[in-house]
Amino acid sequence: MTTALDSTILSLIAFIPLAGALLLLIMPRRDREARWLALGVSIVAFLASLHLPVHLVRSQAGFQFEINRQWISNPNIHYHMGVDGISMWLVVLTTFLTPLCVLISWKSINDRVKEFFIILLVLETALIGVFTALDLFLFYFFWEATLIPMALLIGMYGHGRKVYAAVKFFLYTMIASMFMLAAILWLYAKTGTFDFGSVQAAIRSGQLEGFAAAAPWLFLGFFIAFAVKVPLFPFHTWLPDAHVEAPTAGSVLLAGVLLKMGTYGMLRFNLGLFPEQSRGNAPWIMVLALIGIIYGALVAMVQPNLKKLIAYSSISHLGFVVLGIFSFTQAGLDGATFVMLAHGVSTGALFMLAGILYERRHTYEIAEFGGLAAPMPVYATFFLFIMLASVGLPLLNGFIGEFLVLSGAFRARALYGVLGATGVIWSACYLLWMYQRVFFGKVTHEVNLTLADLDGSERAALWPTAIVALVMGVAPLVWLNAIDPAVRSALSPFTQLASKVVGR
Amino acid sequence: MTPNLHLWLIPVLALIGAAINGLFGKRFSRQTVVAVALLFSGAAFAFALWVASQFSSLTTPHIETLATWIRAGEFRADFAFYLDQLSLVMLLVVTGVGFLIHIYSVGYMWEEGGFYRFFAYLNLFMFFMLTLVLASNYLLMFIGWEGVGLASYLLIGFWFTKDSAAAAGKKAFIVNRIGDFGFLIALFLMIQHFGSLDFAQVARGASPALPGGEALLTTIGLLLMVGAAGKSAQIPLYVWLPDAMEGPTPVSALIHAATMVTAGVYMVSRSHVIFEHAPGAMMVVAIIGTLTALFAATIGMCQTDIKKVLAYSTVSQLGYMFIACGVGAFSAGIFHLMTHAFFKGLLFLAAGSVIHAVGGEQDMRKMGGLRTKIPWTFWTMTAGTFAIAGFPPLAGFFSKDAILFKAFTSTYGSWIYWAIGVFTAFLTSFYMFRQWFSTFFGEYRGDDRADFHGHGEHGHGGIHESPAVMLVPLVILALLSVCGGWIGSERFDKFLAPAFHASEFTPVVQHGAMGMGPDTVVPATPVLPTGRRDVEVSETLLTGISVAAALLGFLLAGQLYYRRRDLPGKIARALGGFYETVLHKYYVDKIYAAVFVKPLIEGSTKLLWHGIDRDVIDASIDNSADGAREVSDAVRHMQSGNIRSYAGWVAAGAALVILYMVWVGTR
Repeated sequence: MTTALDSTILSLIAFIPLAGALLLLIMPRRDREARWLALGVSIVAFLASLHLPVHLVRSQAGFQFEINRQWISNPNIHYHMGVDGISMWLVVLTTFLTPLCVLISWKSINDRVKEFFIILLVLETALIGVFTALDLFLFYFFWEATLIPMALLIGMYGHGRKVYAAVKFFLYTMIASMFMLAAILWLYAKTGTFDFGSVQAAIRSGQLEGFAAAAPWLFLGFFIAFAVKVPLFPFHTWLPDAHVEAPTAGSVLLAGVLLKMGTYGMLRFNLGLFPEQSRGNAPWIMVLALIGIIYGALVAMVQPNLKKLIAYSSISHLGFVVLGIFSFTQAGLDGATFVMLAHGVSTGALFMLAGILYERRHTYEIAEFGGLAAPMPVYATFFLFIMLASVGLPLLNGFIGEFLVLSGAFRARALYGVLGATGVIWSACYLLWMYQRVFFGKVTHEVNLTLADLDGSERAALWPTAIVALVMGVAPLVWLNAIDPAVRSALSPFTQLASKVVGR
Repeated sequence: MTPNLHLWLIPVLALIGAAINGLFGKRFSRQTVVAVALLFSGAAFAFALWVASQFSSLTTPHIETLATWIRAGEFRADFAFYLDQLSLVMLLVVTGVGFLIHIYSVGYMWEEGGFYRFFAYLNLFMFFMLTLVLASNYLLMFIGWEGVGLASYLLIGFWFTKDSAAAAGKKAFIVNRIGDFGFLIALFLMIQHFGSLDFAQVARGASPALPGGEALLTTIGLLLMVGAAGKSAQIPLYVWLPDAMEGPTPVSALIHAATMVTAGVYMVSRSHVIFEHAPGAMMVVAIIGTLTALFAATIGMCQTDIKKVLAYSTVSQLGYMFIACGVGAFSAGIFHLMTHAFFKGLLFLAAGSVIHAVGGEQDMRKMGGLRTKIPWTFWTMTAGTFAIAGFPPLAGFFSKDAILFKAFTSTYGSWIYWAIGVFTAFLTSFYMFRQWFSTFFGEYRGDDRADFHGHGEHGHGGIHESPAVMLVPLVILALLSVCGGWIGSERFDKFLAPAFHASEFTPVVQHGAMGMGPDTVVPATPVLPTGRRDVEVSETLLTGISVAAALLGFLLAGQLYYRRRDLPGKIARALGGFYETVLHKYYVDKIYAAVFVKPLIEGSTKLLWHGIDRDVIDASIDNSADGAREVSDAVRHMQSGNIRSYAGWVAAGAALVILYMVWVGTR
């Protein structure tokens, strides 16, 4: 019984949202029902995805819940999906955040409601596809498929210069993806397969003709696509624009999940296919990651716009992820994966919180607020809690990942760990200062005196994030138990490369 | 079989109290809030007393592991609790003084808004502080370490509508984070070299025989000291503590005097094995302690706010504790930590009672003559003042004397530490009696606006004594400030000895005139922390000098602030610029603002954000990638008015890409 389910579960999770979208499409245009249906479908997908952590065999290395069918015979494309302890949690993160996105859009989306939820559900399918695809073509397909709904979310439902932001987002990441496409096609031309495992085996066999000369370029091809998505300094300028104009649900998924496609790609493809090149390029990549950590935080600190502040803080946090990945240490990669999840939850929540404020005042300017703790105490408390998670307070989710990443980076090269650790100071600076300006002091704008505190759907969207942030901080082993073995097998080629250690 | 004491329950009890009041307190009556807060903090204290009663039957250190917290590769950190003589002392101080201050707060905060919030935060603080002192590894300690910082942030900013309070809370958190940065790096070094953060493992691993031994241990020691300087307000990170006085006075007593700020001293003492093998780090600790003690005491002399005097005094007294650690006299440092918790907790609570009496006024220049009006407050504060000034036989005398003696005679000691310590003792006595005379003697100088709301704290008219619920804790702490030192530093030393390595412990020669002769064998390396330098000195003489210093301070203060109140102004004028400098706290805050804060903010704005982000990266993309811009313009046209066609274009574009890809792939 379970075996049948095990091989179909990934397809189920991935296509439940798409099926929901199709259902919405044929449904009559009634907003209320569209909302409930979207909520129901996304919750079903979430519940289905819980099958993965429950049934994943921790002791078993490699991919599980695999399904591998011929899709197109020429070119040789397979419908090959599977997850390990790393990608499994990213799938769960996606399905966890989507219902919350539906809830947070409950009242804020009033125009073209049905289309909105269709786009959202299509996006969910594409995201799950990215994290589960084990065929390079399939991966690329889903990778590009995320672009369209995301660009539509920004372009149709955003505000301000929404079209500029949508186009900037689309072109930026699209152009970068072309490099990855070229690399994938080169690999296909040489190996005759898109299958991740087969390509990996072919490369490791050392028999691939012309690989030695092409490898640096292939590595870069993948890397640029991922680096823009992360985004790594200096490819980051699309992100603040995209966030500021995006609707709340778009920001939540953009920061919560889309950025992780980049770091996940680095972990899976750069490290998985090109271990030597990863080693060789690690020093400058880590430097870029460190610049991202510090630069992102400093620019975040001086943003007058709440949403831009959170966007730049994402650049800083994602810098930790890249730093951990390219430390090639167990702790570093464990931590990097954990930061991906923790950042997804807490920054997702921060964007929801920013959106809640926008609903009430139609501005993100920090100067427009001040003293909000008095009229909106519950909101202020949620914000405080999530801020503390984001700032890395122990017993909340942000600390675990950052600590592991930094200890890993420190082991790889002490200076990198030290510079990265300054992040604990910067994050306190930008978040606490912002919190003070928004929530403390006296209410300076009269209109803020009567702001409504959180309503039911807003609370329903925030409570799960707060609870998960706490559980992840107190019992991180639930996650680490699955991540740790997956990271160990991801690192196995590097222990063989130990003689060529670049770090330290 | 060692019994399972369920040590984890002690912090968790406090956490339950915090959770109940935090989640549901808004709907509770004040009585219910009080009942919950006192029940759980009291239960923690009772539990601690029970643990103390069981203590003699334990083999120490007694470690209880609850569960694994983090595991990544080889690294592991547990929820594990550690009980030895050192953590027992801390446990009793934190729960005991903490419980008393909870009781006091009931009276002090009764009229305040956010009553439930206050007690939830206070219990939350207890949870983190107890985690800190009971942790069996550095990472669990770090939970408490950061957590007390959070509680401190919340409580300093308790009156959050006041801008200065909100700013002070933020400042405290950020400055502490700078210290935590050092602490974190120390942890990374320990993980790398000892493979663990367990106290026991680290102690076993910390040996000069390691590769790079002494240099490594010195580095770790110095980094730990960075953390300690943040939490315990030492130079150069002390600047947050005086500002922290924006918090309600019971908070100042509990967090910013008696317990949290001593966490750095506890942490350094807990790491004694590392410091013992790192004489360089020890010296830095001693020097920082000495300088801070002196520096803060000089500022304390010029403060006019009753709480600010006590704040700088706390910074200064913490300096003494670090002198003790720096000369290897860890138990003397902990002894002073304990007595300081009694008398400084008392002084703050008494100051709160004074503030309460005069309707929120904190400026001592507007007090005076309160002796007869609030006698209970006066007498208890008198006990505290004499105790901190170092008059025998009060608590502060014993502990300060022990530190000064060790500072002189320890192998790590020096007469310079001692001399500055004694001079600081004189200053301490002076500024404390300045406060005492200004507040309680002479004429009342207030403007009879006793209903003036300093914090919006107190709303009843007329100078009046505080209610019993506030006085009882005062009296208990006063008794402790008087008697708390009678155990004597030698016996205290002996009690703590097992925590500071029984095998290396040498009892200190007790009586005066017993200096070792020149031919006495001075232990070879590793140097014993409690070892004695080769000096001829009489303990009685040293004690006599420090008591004389205290007496001198008392007399001078009496002369200036009781008999000749015209003199201080004249002296200040005579000193001119120097007085101004001290009055403005040596302009340290202004210097920090000009050197660090302003450049950071302006640099981030102008150079990074506007400069690099906007003018370099974005501009180069917008300008050089003309094609991209044209496309974007084109798409903008397509979009105009018709969102569906826009969507169609995007989809068509994507489809084209995929087709192209398939085509290339099949070639």
